[in-house]
Amino acid sequence: MFENAETVMALLIFLPLLAALGCILAGPAWWQNLLMVTTVAFQMVLAYQLAGIVRTAGTQIATLGAHQLPLAIALRADGLATLMIALTAVVSFATAAYACGWATTESAGHGTALRSLLLMLLSGISALFLADDLFNVYVTLEITTLAAVALVILAPGAGAAEAAMRYLLMAIFGSLLYLLGVALLYAETGQLSMHQLTGQLPPVLTLQVSLLLMTAGLGIKAAMFPVHAWLPAAHASAPSAGSALLSALVAKGAVYLILRIWTGPFAGVWTAEAAQMFAALGIAGMLYAAMQALQQNSIKRVVAYSTVAQIGYLPLLMALPSSEAWLGAAFHAMSHGLAKAGLFLAAGNLVAVHGDDHIWRLSGSGRRMGLNTLAIGMASISLIGLPPSGGFVAKWWLVQAALATGQWWWAVALGIGSLLAAAYLLRLLGYAMRELHPHELLVESSEAPLSQAMLWPPFLLALAALLVSLLGEPLGRLILVGAPPEWTP
Amino acid sequence: MSFYTTLPLHVVLTSLVASIVMLCIPERLHYWRIGVNLTAAILKLLLVGIMLIGVARGDEFGFRFEMMPGISFYLHADALTMLLSLLSALLWLVTTIYAIGYLKGTPNRRRFFACFSLCVAATMGIAVAGNLFTFFIFYELLTISTWPLVVHTGTREALRAGASYLAYTLFGGGLFLLGIIGLHVVSGESQFTPGGFVTPEMADPFVLRVLFLLLFFGTAVKSAMVPFHGWLPKAMVAPSPVSALLHAVAVVKAGAFGIVRLVYDVYGLDMTLALGMSTVVAVMAGITIIYGSLRALFEDGLKARLAWSTVSQVSYIALGIGIAGPLATIGGLVHLVHQGLMKITLFFCVGAITHTTGVKRVSEIDGMGRRMPLTMLAFSVAALGMIGLPPMAGFVSKLYLGVGAVERGAWWVLGVLVASTLLNAAYFLPILGRAWFAEPVDHHLRREASAPLLYPALFTASLTIGAGILAGMSYSPLQWVIVIAGRFYR
Repeated sequence: MFENAETVMALLIFLPLLAALGCILAGPAWWQNLLMVTTVAFQMVLAYQLAGIVRTAGTQIATLGAHQLPLAIALRADGLATLMIALTAVVSFATAAYACGWATTESAGHGTALRSLLLMLLSGISALFLADDLFNVYVTLEITTLAAVALVILAPGAGAAEAAMRYLLMAIFGSLLYLLGVALLYAETGQLSMHQLTGQLPPVLTLQVSLLLMTAGLGIKAAMFPVHAWLPAAHASAPSAGSALLSALVAKGAVYLILRIWTGPFAGVWTAEAAQMFAALGIAGMLYAAMQALQQNSIKRVVAYSTVAQIGYLPLLMALPSSEAWLGAAFHAMSHGLAKAGLFLAAGNLVAVHGDDHIWRLSGSGRRMGLNTLAIGMASISLIGLPPSGGFVAKWWLVQAALATGQWWWAVALGIGSLLAAAYLLRLLGYAMRELHPHELLVESSEAPLSQAMLWPPFLLALAALLVSLLGEPLGRLILVGAPPEWTP
Repeated sequence: MSFYTTLPLHVVLTSLVASIVMLCIPERLHYWRIGVNLTAAILKLLLVGIMLIGVARGDEFGFRFEMMPGISFYLHADALTMLLSLLSALLWLVTTIYAIGYLKGTPNRRRFFACFSLCVAATMGIAVAGNLFTFFIFYELLTISTWPLVVHTGTREALRAGASYLAYTLFGGGLFLLGIIGLHVVSGESQFTPGGFVTPEMADPFVLRVLFLLLFFGTAVKSAMVPFHGWLPKAMVAPSPVSALLHAVAVVKAGAFGIVRLVYDVYGLDMTLALGMSTVVAVMAGITIIYGSLRALFEDGLKARLAWSTVSQVSYIALGIGIAGPLATIGGLVHLVHQGLMKITLFFCVGAITHTTGVKRVSEIDGMGRRMPLTMLAFSVAALGMIGLPPMAGFVSKLYLGVGAVERGAWWVLGVLVASTLLNAAYFLPILGRAWFAEPVDHHLRREASAPLLYPALFTASLTIGAGILAGMSYSPLQWVIVIAGRFYR
């Protein structure tokens, strides 16, 4: 069953959309939960199927509808896209399971909205990873953004509404810039298909401006330094299931597109100096956001700033044209997604127990919420890049790429980034190890009020981030399928 | 791949699995946890014993798993492996018994013993690691798993010590990682080979020197060599069994073992000498030995004095390697075992004294020999061994180091050894003098520590004497080390 890549890709995009409709239309809560979880579980099966096809048969290009290119909607699944699809499915599954538990606790009345938005986001982000046409990309970006903004508003309070508003305005501005860039490209070439444009574009000024506009637009959506300010507010105030998806997938979707257009259609447009500057900007953002994360007193804000910091590593790919860098960036995106989603869900459990996520809430939680604290610890190990986690494998590849191309300064920057990440994450764990004085002990706070559905997803996500390195070899081969020529071995 | 040839994997797994199982056992089921812990510790000792005989017979052990394209996770067992793995397997068992007694009735024991096991799994992994990549994985696992042990009490002081510990070790880990990947880039995938795999053609000597220093500093942090020693005295706030394990087998030994691997199995002795790096190692070790002893002299806290003594004593290993002669190498390597036995005894005793009587300072120890004669006996044996008095184990180490230095014409090393011995005597003998000959401040009844605190100390103290007196027997640490050194110097 599902031997056909076209069917698989179409199902990946439309099935969650249909399920979202199903949730909106009717049904008691348990029925909606069942629909959501089975859909997302099936999404994992599809992702696995797609990975099998791509590994054996190489990059898959499919057209939807009866038209021929360039009229039809083209989808493309290469190794990187498949990896991101698999990540999306896994993270969504854990988050969906978590949402089942969450919908029964704090958000009376928002259950349906949460479930349908989650599914809509899943559809949009899957389409984003698979889209080949730059205008279709715009459409998927908008679906994703709208679902994401709506998820932020689901949280109670004026703070969330304000954060969502800022997010919406920034995202729309980003979309406009992106669209402007696409228009310039279309005017110049008359084409928008990424795989057909690859290797075609000369380094002329119009195209360079187009690339700049598209990068700026996507950069805003990805919250890249220095246009990152909206992210910590939005990701910290969203309901935790939403924060997990936003940080693990949505922000990454925009970076993914930046990497795609730089290494794909526009590969001949930019110069090495531009790549160095872009990478330097990313590293500057990483350092800045890490310093900010060190000073936050809300756990979710620490984690949100950490997202800004971790995204800053990805532009390094452009400065390091080697297959190791390709592997490293892909591995980084994947393990960050797993670990970050786990961390946000674990923070969500603290909110569920205490009502807020002030960093003091962690005090003594090593004893009271053991499993949750273990999840925070394991996710931190991966985010810092300590072995044997997926984050470590990513760092290894990136450092190796930097040293192999003689650019040792990037290796040093990666090392400093890891130490800073260790500083702000272990600060959290330090609180967790703190022993409470008897008078500090709160009335009755333990894991008891948390349902199993909320307890296990963060733990399993963090465990996945920690152990994904064991699949380093098969995943590495998958990632290199269809990598651009400068980034293949 | 039979069970026998993959023994290196199983010796790691025994404590790794035990750690996970103990994490799953609820806090209140103490006897289940103790059962799992002791079973795993005894099983591991048996497996290591089988592996020891196998290595002595010349059997090949290995386990390989391709973790990333072109980079393998590789475990093996050679003679050097056995030195650390036997030491850690033996002392894990002893320390576990001690820790069970020491922590009786305190909270968070589940977390403690799980991390304790994980820490031993990491040490074992460091011993059996067959290439730098695998070594690094366990090296960092050790950092992660010891941190909860250092901050175990959860006090402000403990957390501060923990933060300092992580700052040093993660920084060292970062240097080490840069060195490993750099070496990987210039040499391709390579496993530890006696005589080293780095050749002069691989890269510019400057690059090779930089990489050597990155790797060396990375290990020097864990083995607490000056100026990377700052974390060790602070980490004293940990419970005594943790200090015992950290100072005798786990962290500092991992660092020292790393230096041994780096010099003999990565760069090779000839390359290290040719690059002029041996001198760097030896000088840094010499400075550390003197500085650590001087600081120990001025500490009043018993544990603090022992901690500075560790700073000093562990660098004997690096000193022996840095002198780069066969006899000095034997002295350095055998000290890896001897220092472990002696230092763990000292910490066991101090822990037992503090736990039983509340005495924490040298100035309070007057008359302790009458109150806890057996504990003080074990302490005295180990302390005299540290000073280097025959027939204790420490004498053997110092003898070989001294003769080795003369053999290589490094006369300054003799100066270091003499000065350090005098300093050792100066900071240990007052403790012994006060404990045995001073009048007790108040006349407490004679009360020994409880059995799980006392017998481990007596056991390791007798090993200290045994390793010295029976140094000539086959399978003694000394004979084993002579075999190892024979592979480096033909």
